[in-house]
Formats: sequence, C-alpha cells, structure tokens
Amino acid sequence: MPTVLIPTPLRKLTNEIEEVSAAGATIGELLDNLDRAFPGLKDRVCDEAGNVRRFVNIFVNGEDIRFLEEKATPVKDTDEISIVPAIAGG
Amino acid sequence: MDKPSPFFSNLKCRECGRLYPKQAIHVCDFDFGPLEAAYDYDAIRPVLTRQVIESRPHTMWRYRELLPIDGEPTVGTQVGFTPLVKADRLARALGIRELYVKNDTVNYPTLSFKDRVVSVALSRARELGFKVVACASTGNLANSVAANAASAGLKSYVLIPADLEQGKVLGSLVYGTNVISIQGAYDQVNRLCSEIAGKYGWGFVNVNLRPYYAEGSKSMGYEICEQLGWRIPTHTVAPMASGSLLTKIHKAYGEFARLGLVENSPFAVYGAQATGCAPIAHAMKRGTDIVKPVPKPETIVKSLAIGTPADGYYAIHAMKQTGGCAEDCTDDEVVDGIRLLAECEGIFAETAGGVTVSCAKKLIETGKIPRDASAVLCITGHGLKTQEAIAGKCGEPRLIKPSLREFEEHVYNKDTAAA
Repeated sequence: MPTVLIPTPLRKLTNEIEEVSAAGATIGELLDNLDRAFPGLKDRVCDEAGNVRRFVNIFVNGEDIRFLEEKATPVKDTDEISIVPAIAGG
Repeated sequence: MDKPSPFFSNLKCRECGRLYPKQAIHVCDFDFGPLEAAYDYDAIRPVLTRQVIESRPHTMWRYRELLPIDGEPTVGTQVGFTPLVKADRLARALGIRELYVKNDTVNYPTLSFKDRVVSVALSRARELGFKVVACASTGNLANSVAANAASAGLKSYVLIPADLEQGKVLGSLVYGTNVISIQGAYDQVNRLCSEIAGKYGWGFVNVNLRPYYAEGSKSMGYEICEQLGWRIPTHTVAPMASGSLLTKIHKAYGEFARLGLVENSPFAVYGAQATGCAPIAHAMKRGTDIVKPVPKPETIVKSLAIGTPADGYYAIHAMKQTGGCAEDCTDDEVVDGIRLLAECEGIFAETAGGVTVSCAKKLIETGKIPRDASAVLCITGHGLKTQEAIAGKCGEPRLIKPSLREFEEHVYNKDTAAA
C-alpha cells in the first residue's frame, strides 16, 4: 500500500503516528480510506465541497497533485504521499 | 521564562478565527489556515504613542508592542530603521511627481529585509527554548538566519535550492552554519523542511515559527509611515515571492491607523513579480484569487522564485481591497530596473529590486499609479548578492597603462569630444 506522511497538525487524529499506509488507486480513494481509519481526517484536508483546501498541498513522490490530476491522480503501492501545509517564503 | 506580553495575546487562524496558544505552531488543526499573531490593541493604544516611539533607538524594535515576543528582544536588536530615500531623480525617470525608496539593501546585518523577520523569529525561538534553528530559503533568509544565529550562539541549518547565486551561498557559509543544498526548486525545499520541522523539533523560522517570523515584515510598513512624517503612503509597491511582505505592509498600515498613530487615509498596495514566476500577478490579472502554482520557475530573480506562494491568496485580497494591482516584468526589464535605480539614486539592489522598479515603471506608464501621485518602492535586498544577474550588462572598465598620455588619449579627450 502507498505510504502517507502525516503532518504535525493531523497527528492528533493518528495517535501521533507520523507515517501510515493506506489503500486506494487514486488520491481521492486514499483520502476516503484514511478517513475510515482516522475519522475526521478528510474534513481537515478537504473543504465542504470535497476539494483539497487552499492551504493544503498534497504530493505524490514529491510532485504536487495540482500539476498531476488533482484528486484523480493515480497512486501505486510503492508511492510516497506527503500532505504538507503551505509555508511562507524565504 | 519571560512573563507573557500584555499586548501579544494569541495566535489566531486567519481562516476560521480559532485561537491558539503562543507556541511553535503555524497552521490551524481544523482547516490548515495559517496562524497569525493577535494583539490587544486597546492595551497597546495608550502605551505606544508617537512620543514613546520617537524616544526609542532607531531600530525596528521601537515598535516592539506590535511584534510577537514576550520579553525583550535578544536577537537582531540593531535591525531595521533603514533609510527612506526621497528619490527625485528616479521619480523624474519614471515620470511621477514624488517617489521614495525604502532602502533595505542596507539593513543590518545581512543587507536584506529578511533581518527583520529573523530577529523576531529567533528572539521568539529563544523564548520557546529552541537550541537549533533552521529555514528553507531562496538565499536572503538563509544569510540572515546564519548570521543572526551565529551572533546568538544558536546552532543553525539553512536549506536552499542547489542553483542559488554564489554570493548567497557564500553569504551563508561564512557564518559557520550548515548549508544544505537541495537538488530541486524552492517548493521542494519547502516541503522537505516542513517534514523535517515536524520530525526533529527544530525551530524552522518559516515553518513552525512562521507566525512570529512573518510579523517582522510589518516593521518595514511602520518605518515608512513614521519616516514620511506619520502618514500612510498613498501608493506602495512591494516585490512578491510568497506574498507575505505585501500582506504584512498592508497589516502594518492598518494597525497604525487603528492605533491613531496615523490618519486613516486611503492607500493602495501593488505587488511586483518576475514574469518567469508570477503566479500571484497572473492570478490578479485574470481577476481571480485562485493562485495557479508555477511548476518550474524560470527567472534570474531567484529570491522571488516561489512557485507555490503560501500567502498569494491574502496578497491578492490586500491588493483588491485597497484598489491596488499586480504587475510582472521580464528578466531584461529586471536588469534595466537594477541599473536605473543604481544610476538615479546610487542604490545597488538585487534582482527583486529590479523587479520592483520595472513593475513600478509599468504601473505609472499605464496610469494605474497616477503621475501626479506620491509612491513608495520597497527595495528589499543588496545587489552584491546577485552579481551574476548583471555581470557583463553594465559595461566594462577601460584598461589603460599608468601614464597621463594614455589617460588623455583614451579617456579625457574621448569623453570631452563626446560631451
């Protein structure tokens, strides 16, 4: 199953676990499955309409899903998914 | 442990308004909205008067009630209060009645506005007990973290994209910091830093210390108002990378008006970007607040090359709300802007300064900033840091032998003939 790196703000929901595995053929499916394992997680990442929130970046192997297929981006078992809050400039 | 500040009360989510304690956290648990410092302005109003500010040393800390630390500043106590230069020759060149340059190329100690944010972030990092500080940087922030951490005796790591200008790399290494060069663009450096910050408990100035860091930029806005004789400038042009500086200048003007330190006069803020990485300016021009990230920034303006600008949304709203707008310019125009500022005002700015000058020129030419107005340009970093950008584009020295005859033949006579 793909590995998901959980950012600090979401770790209260994952009992402070930093890295979890989650099933799913796409980012959308993976988020649904994560939400079943850690109820409430999807609401934090997605808004009421189900879109990824403005200040959340999701990466598949370092590539921003906004440059791929957004939530329809396919994922493989060997992929590493990062959920990262937007951060300031430098 | 310092007594909590009676003025700086909480961190507050910019999206939902939830309040958080003043710790090393930067996003809201519920919607990932950025956390921002919140103040008790009613407590500040009677304390922070013009007279009190004017009685204090000429540094950014003269506004310390409006900066988010609990005790006295301990890092970067000499930062800020850079010159506000009345730029008459540049005003004539750009065709505007009155122009000022806020000259942060001479900010102390590392010649960019980043010393402002770092002095706040590291003063707060000490209050929170961090022993290791770090940052993700396009160069200027790295220089400032390295220098200020060195003088504060803090261990530091600076993470930068591998393709930075040599001046900015050396300008970090010299302070004995750990420079980690990442094979990737700034946004990838950022992502990695976010993951590291969560793992090792380091104080990352622009990740988990971001609410403190970002507030430091406000001091540029306060100084502009005070140096103009306690008034808000009608038009302010600032460069945009993440969009944070412009957002914070907007906040600073608003706070000064709210505290009665200046008259609540109308003002507009304008953002400047390089065309090769202009996600905020392009969104603004399209009339939307949805900022489309730039996957591969291509510009000589590396300090502004942030493809996924965290504060782009807020920068757009600050511009819209004040009636300002955004502009972008090509790399050639950046070089022209650098030279124009240098030749008119004797100020050598880095590439971001060239962006600000050239975008201001366009804003004036297109009437977006009226010709009969008065404007302030925020020039944020020194040109010695980005020499590659203009190498070979400012002419060459004329080589002669040490003889008076040669001087007359090759220099004096030619120049007098030309004149």
